[in-house]
Amino acid sequence: MIEIRRLVKTLGGRRVLDGVDLDVGPGETLVVMGRSGCGKSVLLKHVIGLMKPDSGSIQVDGVELTRLDERELMQVRRRFGMLFQAAALFDSMTVGENVGLMLAEHTRMSREEIAARVAECLARVGLSGVEGLKPASLSGGMKKRVGLARAIAFRPEIILYDEPTTGLDPVMGDAINELIRALQKQLGVTSVVVTHDMTSAFKVGDRLAMLHGGKIVFTGTPEETRGTRDPLVRQFVEGSSVGPIRV
Amino acid sequence: MHEELAEPLAERGLSYIGAKILAFFAEVGRVALLLRDTLAHLPRGLLRFGLVLQQMFTIGVGSLWLVVVVSLFAGAVAAVQAAYQFASQVPLRYLSAVILRSVIIELGPVLTALVVGGRVGASIAAELGTMKVTEQIDALESLAINPVRYLVVPRFVGAIVMLPVITVFANALAIFGGYVVSVTSIGVSTHTYVSGLKDFFYLKDLYSGLIKAFVFGGIIATMACHYGFVTEGGAEGVGIATTRAVVSSCVLILVSDYVLANVFFRMLFK
Repeated sequence: MIEIRRLVKTLGGRRVLDGVDLDVGPGETLVVMGRSGCGKSVLLKHVIGLMKPDSGSIQVDGVELTRLDERELMQVRRRFGMLFQAAALFDSMTVGENVGLMLAEHTRMSREEIAARVAECLARVGLSGVEGLKPASLSGGMKKRVGLARAIAFRPEIILYDEPTTGLDPVMGDAINELIRALQKQLGVTSVVVTHDMTSAFKVGDRLAMLHGGKIVFTGTPEETRGTRDPLVRQFVEGSSVGPIRV
Repeated sequence: MHEELAEPLAERGLSYIGAKILAFFAEVGRVALLLRDTLAHLPRGLLRFGLVLQQMFTIGVGSLWLVVVVSLFAGAVAAVQAAYQFASQVPLRYLSAVILRSVIIELGPVLTALVVGGRVGASIAAELGTMKVTEQIDALESLAINPVRYLVVPRFVGAIVMLPVITVFANALAIFGGYVVSVTSIGVSTHTYVSGLKDFFYLKDLYSGLIKAFVFGGIIATMACHYGFVTEGGAEGVGIATTRAVVSSCVLILVSDYVLANVFFRMLFK
């Protein structure tokens, strides 16, 4: 479904992505793990066309994203939903307006229909009845769940998660992981999750990939990841400061 | 020894100046591209009239009290200054004419634009800058919504429509401020003041002022949105963007005022 080939991106003179190759199959949940600042979020933003690569290719169902103009890219983005690291809810809007924005902009649905879809999405993430609240009055976990409701409101085929559990307490983190799992089962979407939270990675991922030094250095199932002898992956999974990954 | 040191210093100086010049033209290019995109998205952006109306309210009605105070006092000061400069050499029946023409050609549009530019420009740059650093603009794009159409077009239209409207209010209030001072402390009668206004009112003066206000509105919105969109680095970046938006708007308002003055009074109205 998603094919990334030899993706290169330099930011501020540093080659953040240095020839990334990655495949994500239909209905699969791929977790991209790696240290903070290693380029995971940059990779995710390339997948949805928010950033342009210096070179390389990103294909979604055979459509080459890097060659699309703005209008074509907007069409492709309608197939995506994205949960941002800090939720990125629009401050000036209510929760209901945030969740229903894409429907209001891209469909001819009536206000009642949009309100019903918004209520349904909020119910899926366990937040019924908060439509009238402003994002400023929500806790971190609630914001992430509203962000998730916004991401699924347009019935996406692919959902991208940027650090979905970062900044949350372990209980709320687990609740978000459960939610991601439940959405995968209920909606059958393809997902790419970027995280450095290994608990989350093992819980939600069908396959795990490790980004290090601008390249994908490992891919495998959770079991393969746990049992690997690759020192880079072992050090990262075990959370050790001693090993080939220098602090 | 000194010559050896002088050469790299000169080289570094030149490369510094060169980099600054390149950065300046790159900035001009980015602003021009934003303006082009804004104009290209204007028709579709106008379809969301609610957003435009909201911005017109924020920019226009929200600035009204500030403009009332500034305009009343600007008119009052214009009356005092004119009376002082007349100093028995020019009859006071021309006082209202001087106030009228200086207000509608220059003081009204420029003072209004500077005041609104400070208030609205800072507010737009801070809002969009905060949206940028908190990934809200990325979020908008991820929802397949063009940020220029959704964020810039309503602000641009709000500014180019409301600046002339506020300027009309500002003109009227400044002339009223001048009237109050002329009648109460300079000794000009109401009849003389009003006669002067009637005799020296030219529609082309009003038009030139309103066209200026229209252009100033475009400058304020474009510069504020541009600096909002290129904000980087959190709260500090938002502060820098806000300052740059206001300073660049003020400078461009004064520069374009000079250019437009030449166009109107040396070319069109000769």
